[in-house]
Amino acid sequence: MKKQYYKLLYILPVMAALNLTSCKPKTASTATSGDAAQKVYVAPGQHDELYGFVSGGFSGQLSVYGIPSGRLLKVLPVFSQNPENGYGYSEETLPMLNTSHGFVPYDDLHHVQISQTNGEADGRWVFVNGNNTPRVARIDLTTFKTAEIIELPNSAGNHSSPFITENTEYVVAGTRFSVPDDGVEYPIHTYKDNFKGTISFISVDKDKGDMNIAFQLQVPALNFDLSHTGKGPSSGWFFFSTYNTEKAYTLLEVNASQRDKDFIMAVNWKKAEQMVKEGKAKPRAGKYAHNKWDESKHMGVSTIKDNVLVLTPDQLKEVCYFIPCPKSPHGTDVDPSGEYIIGSGKLAALLPVFAFSKIQKAIENKDFDGEYDGFHVLKYESVLHGEVKKPGLGPLHTEFDDKGNAYTSFFVSSEIVKWNVKSLEVLDRVPTYYSIGHLTVPLGDTRKPYGKYVVAYNKITKDRYLPTGPELTQSAQLYDISGDKMQLLLDFPTIGEPHYSQIVPASLIKDKSVKIFKIEENNHPYVAKGEGQAKVVREGNKVHVYMTMIRSHLTPDNIEGIKVGDEVYFHLTNLEQDWDIPHGFAIKGANTAELLVMPGETQTLKWTAKTPGIIPFYCTDFCSALHQEMTGYMRVSPAGSNTPLRFGTGENAPGPDTK
Amino acid sequence: MQAQSTKKGLLSITRILSVIGGICLILVIFLPIWKIELDAPQYPEGLVMKIHANKLAGDVEIINGLNHYIGMRTLHADDFVEFAVLPYILALLGLFGLLTAFVNKKWFFFVWAGSLVLFAILAMVDFYIWEYNYGHNLDPTAPIQVPGMAYQPPLIGFKQLLNFGAYSIPDLGGWLMFGVGFMLVFLAYLEIKTMKKHA
Repeated sequence: MKKQYYKLLYILPVMAALNLTSCKPKTASTATSGDAAQKVYVAPGQHDELYGFVSGGFSGQLSVYGIPSGRLLKVLPVFSQNPENGYGYSEETLPMLNTSHGFVPYDDLHHVQISQTNGEADGRWVFVNGNNTPRVARIDLTTFKTAEIIELPNSAGNHSSPFITENTEYVVAGTRFSVPDDGVEYPIHTYKDNFKGTISFISVDKDKGDMNIAFQLQVPALNFDLSHTGKGPSSGWFFFSTYNTEKAYTLLEVNASQRDKDFIMAVNWKKAEQMVKEGKAKPRAGKYAHNKWDESKHMGVSTIKDNVLVLTPDQLKEVCYFIPCPKSPHGTDVDPSGEYIIGSGKLAALLPVFAFSKIQKAIENKDFDGEYDGFHVLKYESVLHGEVKKPGLGPLHTEFDDKGNAYTSFFVSSEIVKWNVKSLEVLDRVPTYYSIGHLTVPLGDTRKPYGKYVVAYNKITKDRYLPTGPELTQSAQLYDISGDKMQLLLDFPTIGEPHYSQIVPASLIKDKSVKIFKIEENNHPYVAKGEGQAKVVREGNKVHVYMTMIRSHLTPDNIEGIKVGDEVYFHLTNLEQDWDIPHGFAIKGANTAELLVMPGETQTLKWTAKTPGIIPFYCTDFCSALHQEMTGYMRVSPAGSNTPLRFGTGENAPGPDTK
Repeated sequence: MQAQSTKKGLLSITRILSVIGGICLILVIFLPIWKIELDAPQYPEGLVMKIHANKLAGDVEIINGLNHYIGMRTLHADDFVEFAVLPYILALLGLFGLLTAFVNKKWFFFVWAGSLVLFAILAMVDFYIWEYNYGHNLDPTAPIQVPGMAYQPPLIGFKQLLNFGAYSIPDLGGWLMFGVGFMLVFLAYLEIKTMKKHA
């Protein structure tokens, strides 16, 4: 008898284990339904319906995807050097990465905004932020090149950027790290007294896109996280999420998470603009670089500027208002109507929706809940439209469709939740793989969303793809949102770490895409517009090589008379005027990079002669059947030798008879 | 209609169509006359060379760039004396048509129709000779040499030349010229028929 009891003791745990396993709910990791493949299939030779511009995060670059196929079309170098095409290495592109700290060849690119007209994407430019050394870049969508980079003085951690107003009047940039003015130091523990928050308003030229820092708002030393412009009725306003209202300067993880509510700062930017027009802003010292690409010269120019106009807190009481928002809000998103503002408290268990009309009424009725650093705090209940109850855990960002629904990403519960903006009712939820950060509905932050898809950009990848060692790619998922229920369609890898993106119909951009640069419009100072203009010119120890490239030779392809210690500038002009015939250039021992030169363009690589010898150079882009023949030699003689400067190609190459 | 025509005068339809034909010939001066379309695997968008009365248009520079592989001479409008005289010949033939209606003499019409047809034949012969010369007189040092291969484009129609398919057809101006030519042959037939009736 006793023995049998013992037997039972063996069996019980086994049975319990079996029972528990069968109780564990199945994961939905394979939950794609039958027609998913068809919905993302773009047949060979066909084009995707949408362009996706996806931030590269710590890669500092911007990637371009075709949606719905998830095909990577191009990585556009913005803040980081790109040896593949010489961006950030060629003499022409070096100035683009200049800052008040000198050459900063990388950054942390988080957010993306496509230019808008009347609150709708117009497909002219993409703006992106550099989080680290605070910068905003503009990319021209005819050439897909970085056209301009502007640095922000008296700022740090340019995170709530580069969000734009409805007619691209301004790009904003708020400080995630509040700091004292540049060049001033204090004990860190005097944060509360000496640190400042800064919101920069960068004006954008309507026609050319040229950026300028129009003015800055000096605001309390909070961490400004994200922002979005108002729309329609709220179009004169901007909304910034903040955290660390505790003003902690150490162990923020704990110390900046104490208050039950932080703020969304509502900014009446029209009013601020008016005050600046009336001359009320004061100049403040602040050194910053402003780098512009000159398309006719194929060259960047960097200018250092040294002051900005600032509106100080005492002037801003009628401009900035604080809206209490639960627990360290991250995303602040405005619905297509412009009436509802969603604050996503990343540690909150609910999702507050504020009503713009109520905000206006509360300001009018002075319905305040005290002050914070001298600014009015609006009463939470007075401006609240309602709360989405138990939506999920760790809400981060919200995008919208064209049917009155919102899609919010939840990092902790790793899901997208669809809910109705007016009724606040949760309608559907789908898992993401894993721990979603940003999400994007095509045109989902404009007045006219294209509510067919939502893309999830995740922070954790784990088992989604074939493993590649400890360092994995990041993962994105595409969902169909055209029906009542969201449907997972596709999983695709991304570059760097994707944060925000913008997805727009291809028709807005594709027909404006430039195919070649016209050689007759090339105003580069070292252009050679034909082989007849190719030459080598010595100026002291600097040697300028005006070299042409055309299928399948370089001119000159024999160069003699270079001496140790010379700085040789290879100015490569691609003479081709045919679509998709770039030429590359690489030279042995170059401490820089290769070049890719587009048809009609001129780019320059600097090369220093260190030892005597014969140095080959060649085309790196398989341009033609005779690409392997597209090569040349340079003879480097000892310093002080009397080798004459001779050069040429073919019959003109330096031979025994020529001098 | 026959009632209106006299023994030496023209049918009214001949007079009206002669005016239209003359205007068409003058229009041809401003239109592309012939085109050679080229397709290759790496040129899905295609390349085209358009031959006008006074110039070459289209992707001439790109075609010249490609032709250097096989050692074909580069095409330059300056090398063709035809481009200097063609506009005048067309203008003259056009005026001739207008005058035909005005002069209203059968012999005048036949001389005009005859010269136009003769011009068309000569032009095609000239075009063929040019194509032959460009296709056969190749640079002996060219990088790509295929024994026995010539690159003469077709006078009219399609021909495969290495990776390029060449398709040679009249363009708008060419079609107009052909149209006028056929019209004149038809009118000549009508005129001869009425002449026989009168005889």
